[in-house]
Amino acid sequence: MPTEIENLNPSVYGKIKERVITANEEDESVADPFDKREIFDLIRNINDPEHPLTLEELHVVQEELISISDKQNKVHINFTPTIPHCSMATLIGLSIRVKLLRSLPPRFKVTVEITPGTHASEFAVNKQLADKERVAAALENKHLAEVINQCISARS
Amino acid sequence: MGRLILEHTLQGHKGRIWGVAWHPKGNSFASCGEDKAIRVWSLSGNTWSTKTILSDGHKRTIREVQWSPCGEYLASASFDATTAIWSKHECNATLEGHENEVKSVSWSRSGGLLATCSRDKSVWIWEVAGDDEFECAAVLNAHSQDVKRVVWHPKLEILASASYDNTIKMFAESALDSDWDCTATLSSHTSTVWSIDFDADGDRLVSCSDDATLKIWRAYHPGNDAGIATPDKTTVWKCVCTLSGQHSRAIYDVSWCKLTGLIASACGDDGIRIFKETSDSKRDEPTFEMLTAEESAHEQDVNAVEWNPVTAGQLISCSDDGTIKIWKLIE
Repeated sequence: MPTEIENLNPSVYGKIKERVITANEEDESVADPFDKREIFDLIRNINDPEHPLTLEELHVVQEELISISDKQNKVHINFTPTIPHCSMATLIGLSIRVKLLRSLPPRFKVTVEITPGTHASEFAVNKQLADKERVAAALENKHLAEVINQCISARS
Repeated sequence: MGRLILEHTLQGHKGRIWGVAWHPKGNSFASCGEDKAIRVWSLSGNTWSTKTILSDGHKRTIREVQWSPCGEYLASASFDATTAIWSKHECNATLEGHENEVKSVSWSRSGGLLATCSRDKSVWIWEVAGDDEFECAAVLNAHSQDVKRVVWHPKLEILASASYDNTIKMFAESALDSDWDCTATLSSHTSTVWSIDFDADGDRLVSCSDDATLKIWRAYHPGNDAGIATPDKTTVWKCVCTLSGQHSRAIYDVSWCKLTGLIASACGDDGIRIFKETSDSKRDEPTFEMLTAEESAHEQDVNAVEWNPVTAGQLISCSDDGTIKIWKLIE
């Protein structure tokens, strides 16, 4: 875990209401494709590596910045680092990617990118997050995998 | 229009399969993946099955396997930063030196040289000194990023490498001081170059990239008829054709068949596509057309494709979905 905190006073936002589950969603015989809100629910409670807050509370992830096409097996996430020089950007992106890889059926192609214009090394971070070979190698690193698991596991 | 016919679907590895490599005789192949094992497969009757499992050679993912041209040795590149050399199902030697993940390994045509590359940005050339003796002949630091793939020229001792820095580089031994030097940098791709392959003569190269294009490069030697300048009196490589619009995601591998001249690509959109040079194609401005495409060849990303070196039109592929598939192309 980081020793030095970069962004001391991040803006903190409220959480949205719990999702209302409809009768159709509970009915196994009705086809129910993944939607934005379901994807958002999977990632909103990921913990920030620095603060005892969730990515939702820091506005790092927002429902509006998710796009999904269930038919085309595509999920695209934009995330917004709290400051433009955030050195945690890659770690946050990796946590989002790992969470979705573990939760979604393997048919989905997940793309995780920084919200355009919100980070100094946006391009380099995006390239690294998109490189599945480097992501695979990173996840074989025990220390890094532990840090990511801490971010992903919802606090009780 | 050609057609790709699925002949066999094979399972055995646990999880993602990164690489497959035909034995030079074309009657067996090796596969490797994240389960840290190498499987050697052979055909008996009409069934492909695992003949041998090579495990305990590597502590992490095995990214690529390659047979020596004589077919006696198998080299494996691993994320554990080592390359292992196997013969008769035993690990003969372990090559160490890279700082982190080894991404690729390749044998020269004569079998006398071995190249490896790594995330540490370097390319190493090893001389095969004996049965289990390898000496490092060069450490090449020309790339500025993670090196993804190394491939030797089919006839000469020229090495090509592809990198996360978006370029391809050529290396050759200098006649003056017998040092290995970078002799050319091929720039045109706008993202990671995942793989490269020469044509049968070695005068052309195909590359594939994260930018979802394939590019064809041509060698112009000093004094060439086309009038392409060779200022350093070394061969210049020029991009003479870009195939764009056919792939919707990163292209992870490409194979240029030495028997038929067909090009196969392995894509992150689950597809395998076959390209053929058109009959009116020009030397300096070649044109290629898509002969056929199998849009859902696998259920997940296709990581590797390779044409059988003996049986024309037979193609092997492997995927994140944990399967290996053998295909037959009908033109």
